[in-house]
Order: sequence, then C-alpha cells, then structure tokens
Amino acid sequence: MGFQTNFSKVDGLGSSKEGTHHWWMQRLSAVALIPLSLLFVYTFMQILGSGYQEFVDTYSNLGNAIVAILFLIVAFFHLRLGLQVVIEDYVHSKTWKVLLLIVNTLFCWGLMGVGVISIARIAFGFVG
Amino acid sequence: MNKIRSQRPLSPHATIYRWPLNAIMSIMHRITGVGLFVGGFLIVWWFFAGAISESYYDFVSCIVTSIYGDLVMLACLTGFWFHFCNGIRHLFWDVGLTFNERNVMISAILGLLGTAFLTALSLLSIYFWYG
Repeated sequence: MGFQTNFSKVDGLGSSKEGTHHWWMQRLSAVALIPLSLLFVYTFMQILGSGYQEFVDTYSNLGNAIVAILFLIVAFFHLRLGLQVVIEDYVHSKTWKVLLLIVNTLFCWGLMGVGVISIARIAFGFVG
Repeated sequence: MNKIRSQRPLSPHATIYRWPLNAIMSIMHRITGVGLFVGGFLIVWWFFAGAISESYYDFVSCIVTSIYGDLVMLACLTGFWFHFCNGIRHLFWDVGLTFNERNVMISAILGLLGTAFLTALSLLSIYFWYG
C-alpha cells in the first residue's frame, strides 16, 4: 500500500520543461523560409538539369551558395520539427515512436550536413 | 427505443461528417510537409553528386530529370507551393488575424488559387528558360 498522495506521485514528472520552444522554433524557421525558399527555388529551377559546368558556375557564385546553404540549414531544421509532430501524433507504439524520432533527427541533421558541406566544396572551388 | 438510440450519431464521431475545406487544407499541409522530405533528399543527393565528380553529377542529374524524376519534382513543386501558401495562412492565425469562419474559408480558396497560380508560373518559367 502506497502512502503517497496523488499529487506527490506526479510531482516533478511533469512537462518536458520546454514550454512553447518547439512551437516558436517552427514558426521562426517558417518565417525565415519565406524569403529563403523563394530565392533558392528561383535559382534551382533554372539550374536543375543543366550541364556540370553551368551547375558549378552557379553555386560558385557567393550569393547563390549563401542562399543554398542557409536554405538547407533552415529547411531541414523546420522539416525535423514538423516530422517530429507528425510522428508524435500518429505513431502510438512507444518503441516505434522513439525509434522514428531518433531516425528523424539523425536523417534531418545528416542530410543538412551533407548538403551544406557539398555546396561549400563547390563554392570554394574544389571541383569543376 | 434502444434501436433508435443506437442509430443516433455520437458526438465526437468525426468520420461521418463531410470534410470541410479547411480540414482538407490542414491534412494536405501535413502530407505535403512529409512529402517534401523526398524533395529535400533529392536536392541534397544532387548537391552531393555535384561535389564529388562530373560523371556522378551527370548520373544523378539523369535520374532526377528522367520522366519519373520529373513527376516526383512536379509533385514536390506543387507540394512546395501549397505548403508555402497554406503556411502563410497559419502564420496569420498565429498572430491572431483572419481567425473566423468566413476569413478561413476565403483564405483557403486564396491558398488554393495561389498554389495553382505559382505552380503554373513556375512551369511557364522553366519552359521559357529551357526554350
């Protein structure tokens, strides 16, 4: 028989101590993505399917490289937050939920890193 | 009496109602968001290939601009513009604006028109750039 009150059983187990942080970061990155995604897509649409030299020339341009790198950083940050909410809402098995949340985090940060370093390599003139 | 009662709809019985436009917009926002992961993956793969070598770039470029690649990219383009337009609706609501039944309906239609317009504009631009 337990002698704890209902309150003391749950005291300290409460929220994740994050409050509105997740929500706010999602909105902040969404606002940043309005100009960034427009600028990125504008260049990307023109260059997708072109020859290698044209591709290298485009992303050797400082402005294009900066936009592409910033876009990938913010987009994958935003994507990770969004997918996290979808997983939390629809995956009810605790094992699968935790597993998918880990995969989500690793994939988003991983793809962001690969993309950013690839663009940097092109922009710094190591290829082409 | 029991039979009649059992045929009455229970209150939180969401599946029997026709989907309001705004609910469709809401679930489409999630679907396009998840779907854009594929677009993000392809873009990173494309940049990665470009950073490796010309032959690998040509290989990936060939896949991304094949007929299947084009279809995926077209879906991503449409999904991107939808997520973009609908996301702006969400940002308006987040600051407390246009948050009533009439304005939600108007902005839903504007969002769909915006998606159609921007997708068409993008396709026309691509068509003119490639000649």
